[in-house]
Amino acid sequence: MSGPSTYEPKTGFTKWLDARLPIVRLGYDSMIDFPTPKNLNYWWTFGGILALCLVIQIVTGIVLAMHYVANTSMAFASVQHIMRDVDFGWLVRYIHANGAGMFFLAVYIHMFRGLYYGSYKAPREVLWILGVVIYLLMMATAFMGYVLPWGQMSFHGSSVITNLIGALPIVGPAVKTYLLGGAAVGDPTLNRFFSLHYLLPFVIAGVVILHIWALHVVGNGNPTGVSVQDIKKDTVPFHPYYTVKDGFAIILFLTMFAVFVFFFPEAMGKTDNSIEANPLQTPAHIVPEWYLLPFYAILKSVTFDIGPIPAKLLGVLAMFGSILILFALPWLDTSKVRSMRYRPLARQLFVLFVLACVGLGFCGANEPDAFVFKTGKDRLQVEYSDANGRAQTKFFDQFSEANAYKESLPTAAGASLQVAESGFKWKWLSQILAAYYFIYFLVLMPLLGVIEKPKPRPASIADSVHKRSGSGRSSSAPVAAPQHAE
Amino acid sequence: MAEHGSSSPTADGEHAGETRRDFIHIAAATVAAGGVAAVAWPFVQQLAPAADTRALSAAEVDVSKVPLGSEIRVLIGGVPFFVRHRTDAEIQEARNVNISTLRDPATDDSRLRPLPDGKLNPSILVTSAVCTHLGCVPLGPDNGKVGEFGGWYCPCHGSQYDTSGRIRKGPAPKNLAIPKYVYETPTMIKISL
Repeated sequence: MSGPSTYEPKTGFTKWLDARLPIVRLGYDSMIDFPTPKNLNYWWTFGGILALCLVIQIVTGIVLAMHYVANTSMAFASVQHIMRDVDFGWLVRYIHANGAGMFFLAVYIHMFRGLYYGSYKAPREVLWILGVVIYLLMMATAFMGYVLPWGQMSFHGSSVITNLIGALPIVGPAVKTYLLGGAAVGDPTLNRFFSLHYLLPFVIAGVVILHIWALHVVGNGNPTGVSVQDIKKDTVPFHPYYTVKDGFAIILFLTMFAVFVFFFPEAMGKTDNSIEANPLQTPAHIVPEWYLLPFYAILKSVTFDIGPIPAKLLGVLAMFGSILILFALPWLDTSKVRSMRYRPLARQLFVLFVLACVGLGFCGANEPDAFVFKTGKDRLQVEYSDANGRAQTKFFDQFSEANAYKESLPTAAGASLQVAESGFKWKWLSQILAAYYFIYFLVLMPLLGVIEKPKPRPASIADSVHKRSGSGRSSSAPVAAPQHAE
Repeated sequence: MAEHGSSSPTADGEHAGETRRDFIHIAAATVAAGGVAAVAWPFVQQLAPAADTRALSAAEVDVSKVPLGSEIRVLIGGVPFFVRHRTDAEIQEARNVNISTLRDPATDDSRLRPLPDGKLNPSILVTSAVCTHLGCVPLGPDNGKVGEFGGWYCPCHGSQYDTSGRIRKGPAPKNLAIPKYVYETPTMIKISL
């Protein structure tokens, strides 16, 4: 996409510099004159938003590291010190904590955008894979960052996640010990997590540079999925067209961000994390941050063994698999058509996929055995063992009857009286949605390319734009497999 | 405009359009600069001493506990101070100096602060413990080294102070500074940074 450079140094100094280090040329070619499809919609603004999110997290994080102490006896107090004593410490910390959520919100929209418009298809496979690498690094960074405040959720969350890794066969226990640096989460764990939490964002920044490099080699996709054929007709320079469009989207995004920081800073927080970590007491209901909930739901949905694989390991494999499957996506999708705008079946299944992901988020937040909805009335049940020692259950509507029956049984029956509820459990919903998640990638994606009949696509980007504005040529011959522009 | 890309010139031409666009550019840049300044402020201000640090910027010292002819050293917010209980001989020595010969002229009385009843208490001298040359902490009666003038001797570059904490010899340019302090009672002083 990046054709011959059009940069011309004007002053003596820029000419001198350009012959030695063409950094101004690089900036000009990638941010000013970069030819960008003229039909990008607002879903394409999230790349810029994400770059800003990373900068915000790094800047606020560096500030927090100036005041934070990575020691189990002082970490919690040092966070309170930041919130109460440091000038604007509350602001910097709330930006950082909410910024993590904002970062994930933006990255999920960015990824769904990629899924819908086929941004992972040739020639953008490497671009997509680098994106998945960034996403994995983000999850690792966010997880370790959540441990640092040393609250109850920090401690027991990290305990659960490291135990997950310990469930992997053969290497699991060793990896777990190396992660923890001890028998349990403690000072060594906190120190290495702090170190890595500081390091990984810069690794992310490095991979982001590769991601943008890959983007600038193959060029932006676009909502039609049709490749750029004529740079003059199909593209506009990045500046001012997309600097202004991205800038406007960034303003809207930052407005929402600020509403959270200033008015609802703890909206996504867990009150348990305002209690200092106590290794002797796990909080009643332990859940990760909202952005990890769908994967947590997949983990919890596996409650059955398959062959020799126990449910615990299977859940861990399903959870990691649900993320790693994204690496294979460019080869799982067999359709030649990039954009789902022209894929009637895929489009509907995609909407279901988004709903499944959101639904899994809710599943992750709820207790597996709680009810999504109840069926029938609550009844009273008396459980006891009969004369032959077999378990029996008898249902009642009235407490007096149930209690009388219980009292009438001999002590040896060991009768107990409980409320019997029936309904649809979150566990079952998560199993259905997790199944759809995997079916979508492993069955539907490969199958659709064979059975789906795509709708006609515009001949070119210019054509699609002109037809929509009613002023273009009328030719709309469908193109076959989209070819790379160069 | 965006529909037709960069190839077509803007409709409103050179004159009228230019001024309006200039106005938009300047207005947008002004708002952006204001935003950057508003964001920069908390990120700079967070570097300032935090509330807990500021809370440690004053301390009370019971001067009646200082042994005659010696001193105690007080750290307030990490900054050291001397509180010296001078003997009559030391007080006389400090008073008998010809002020005009000093590098940083000051009378001994000007280096004291009044008691609650308004009188000066020459037996207690409170000074900064930071040498005015390059910030070392001078040796004093407690270290068994007071220099030629009976006050303090700085081991770093040999600055010598008299029993009023005035510079007498060596590279330091100024007398040991007198901190902000008040007598809350005849025996209790409060030193603030």
